[in-house]
Amino acid sequence: MEKQISNFIRALRSADVRVSTGEALDAARTVAMIGYDDRALMKDSLACVLAKSESEKQIHDRLFELYFSSAPAGSAVQSAGTENDGEPTEDPKDAAERLSQLTQQGNEQALATAIERAAEQAGLNDIRFSTQVAYFAQSMVRAMGGEQLQARLLEALQGRTPDADAEAQRLIDVRRTLTMTARERAERAFQIFGAAETEKFRDEVAATKRLSAIEANDMARMKQLVAKVAKRLAVKHSRRRKRTQRGLLDVRRTMRANAGVDGIPFNVIWRQKKKDRPKIIVICDVSGSVALYVRFLLLLLFSMKEAIPDLHAFAFSYRLKSVDDILETMEFDAAIKKILREIGLGSTSYGQAFSDFKMEHENKIDRRTTIIILGDGRSNYGDPRLDLFRDFAGRAKRVIWLNPEGRALWGTGDSVIPRYEPFCAQMSHVATLKDLEKAIDEVLTAYS
Amino acid sequence: MAKDKKTGYEPMTSIEAITAGLDTVGYISISQISTAVFLAHGLRKPILIEGPAGVGKTDLAASLSKWLNLPLIRLQCYEGLDEGKALYEWKYGKQLLYTQILKEKLNELLGGAETLKDSLSKLSGFEDLFFSPQFLEARPLLHAMQQDRGSVLLIDEIDKSDEAFEAFLLEVLSDYQVTVPEIGTIKANVPPLVILTSNNVRELGDALKRRCLHLHIGFPDHEREQRIVRARVDGISDTLLNQLVRFVQSVRETDIKKRPSIAETVDWARTLLLLHASTLDEAFVRDTLNVLLKHESDIAAVSPAIGKMVREATGPDARGRLASGYPDMG
Repeated sequence: MEKQISNFIRALRSADVRVSTGEALDAARTVAMIGYDDRALMKDSLACVLAKSESEKQIHDRLFELYFSSAPAGSAVQSAGTENDGEPTEDPKDAAERLSQLTQQGNEQALATAIERAAEQAGLNDIRFSTQVAYFAQSMVRAMGGEQLQARLLEALQGRTPDADAEAQRLIDVRRTLTMTARERAERAFQIFGAAETEKFRDEVAATKRLSAIEANDMARMKQLVAKVAKRLAVKHSRRRKRTQRGLLDVRRTMRANAGVDGIPFNVIWRQKKKDRPKIIVICDVSGSVALYVRFLLLLLFSMKEAIPDLHAFAFSYRLKSVDDILETMEFDAAIKKILREIGLGSTSYGQAFSDFKMEHENKIDRRTTIIILGDGRSNYGDPRLDLFRDFAGRAKRVIWLNPEGRALWGTGDSVIPRYEPFCAQMSHVATLKDLEKAIDEVLTAYS
Repeated sequence: MAKDKKTGYEPMTSIEAITAGLDTVGYISISQISTAVFLAHGLRKPILIEGPAGVGKTDLAASLSKWLNLPLIRLQCYEGLDEGKALYEWKYGKQLLYTQILKEKLNELLGGAETLKDSLSKLSGFEDLFFSPQFLEARPLLHAMQQDRGSVLLIDEIDKSDEAFEAFLLEVLSDYQVTVPEIGTIKANVPPLVILTSNNVRELGDALKRRCLHLHIGFPDHEREQRIVRARVDGISDTLLNQLVRFVQSVRETDIKKRPSIAETVDWARTLLLLHASTLDEAFVRDTLNVLLKHESDIAAVSPAIGKMVREATGPDARGRLASGYPDMG
């Protein structure tokens, strides 16, 4: 049983549930304490010990169902293990007979036991990719004596008598049943040990894919990924925002704290410097090609509301509008659609957008604000209003420009990016989710 | 495992015993909750309870202490909570007072000393006197360690505390001991049963999570909610109980900011009882909805559908659950 538990923990780990050695020990103690007769109880208990959040509990429950569905047969393995170890020398006829016995009705338990043993011999728990299912299924059949069966089958085929034909047909059926059962078992092992690995691989690919090339059917995956990134960033940046400065005495608070002891400073209180809370204003160009990126930037930022309490989003193509209300009241996809529909029309004008911002929202900028601009800086040869932009940059903490266009294209055609660049603390090319994560990470790091 | 005869954990012999025991003090447990408590006792690990506000996270600790007849020691966390308030503090005032009183005595004692060196060595003998358990003010954590029969230690809303405090809790939670530099390590004879609650205001550190059993308490299902309300509200009729629980359950399914939890259901049941309502009707619901929903926008969102929801809640029970089918808990 201990082996079962440790394999189960391995499965959990491969599915991204972090289980420490201490917890593994606890799991073993738990099972020892409650026994493994009551499956529901065991599931609850292991979830309690091994999972550490709601999402981990879901993964746990799913894997538990998959994994322990083979548990009864698994525990019978040891008892059946010693019965016929002399396999290699076994006569083909005997082997074939033994296997066909197994596949007969009523012998399901024995078959399951044999399959479990074969799985062990074939090292099935190392399965990682779905393409390996067939390979492992074959190895399992071989471990059960498939070769002998094959030899016997060939012999029967050469017999050319009605009896031999019937025998051959029977053996073919036996082989098919065995292969099917082995395949099912391998498929399940893949679900337990490999599926998470494959998912991880796909996630990695998606994170480094150009955001404009993300297809509709990958959207769900991207959303989960963005949520993961957002969580990672939020955890990293929601650290304590106070820092004790030793050496600078806070006289007023020290005196107050020690009033009860005659003003003798037992408790010394140091001045604390409060760190700024992140305050972010995002201005997004929602025209044409940039719109694809806006969706991810906004999704990322709004999933981090916890870490960035002061977040305002504006969108423009010709006129600029605040989109906070839309994003907060509507479901995200619908909100984005609405924004693109209402604001995404019209020829892009950065100058007009900046002057709209100046007129209506300028008071939102203070020295703690980071302004993030997402756009390609293609302004249809209009006035870029550098004067306004310089003014914003001067009042804000920093201005970060994220450009979905490659650096080589900057300044070509109607792109006025190089003229804005001197006022930006940073201007970077953003093509993938990884780039976005890096950019936001840098923005938030400036506050810690 | 604390098999010692003196401990107060004896009744926790099995999961069923825990469920039954909690039942006697009016806490309607489910198997997940009882299992977690049983394992916490067996593995000597704290339980970290997460879940929406008002589903009985804090109440579990209170009920356990009531059932086991052990002291409930509660530590409410908040931003800026530090060791001095959570663990121990020196009784500075008392120390000061004692020095004042003993001043003359000290003179006498030190008077015999010829040299400065002599008086210093004599003085250093007193230091231990002043930094002794006598002058130690035990705060909740230390207090919990000092209970002879064990105790239920509730660390409420741990997510509201600073990260530094979380790190500092690790010693207490994994070894059930407290280190006071001047005295040494104080180890609990009988480890307390520790329950931490979190509303997920911030993500807790991995180190803390690893030391705890994880338990998530969600909103109760129809049956359990009925039993809870019945246990908490005296004299409520079966019809009203059934109807109001069904109404609350359907409110929870709507898209609102703050979904009503058990605490609100109980409050609402009391309100309706006070108003002598025998069945749910639309006017009553409209008048008392502010007990159930705490946001103006939520009330506005639910209002248009109240008529329909009341009709559904008072109509024939589609799920075939009838309140009268349950034993009277009151």
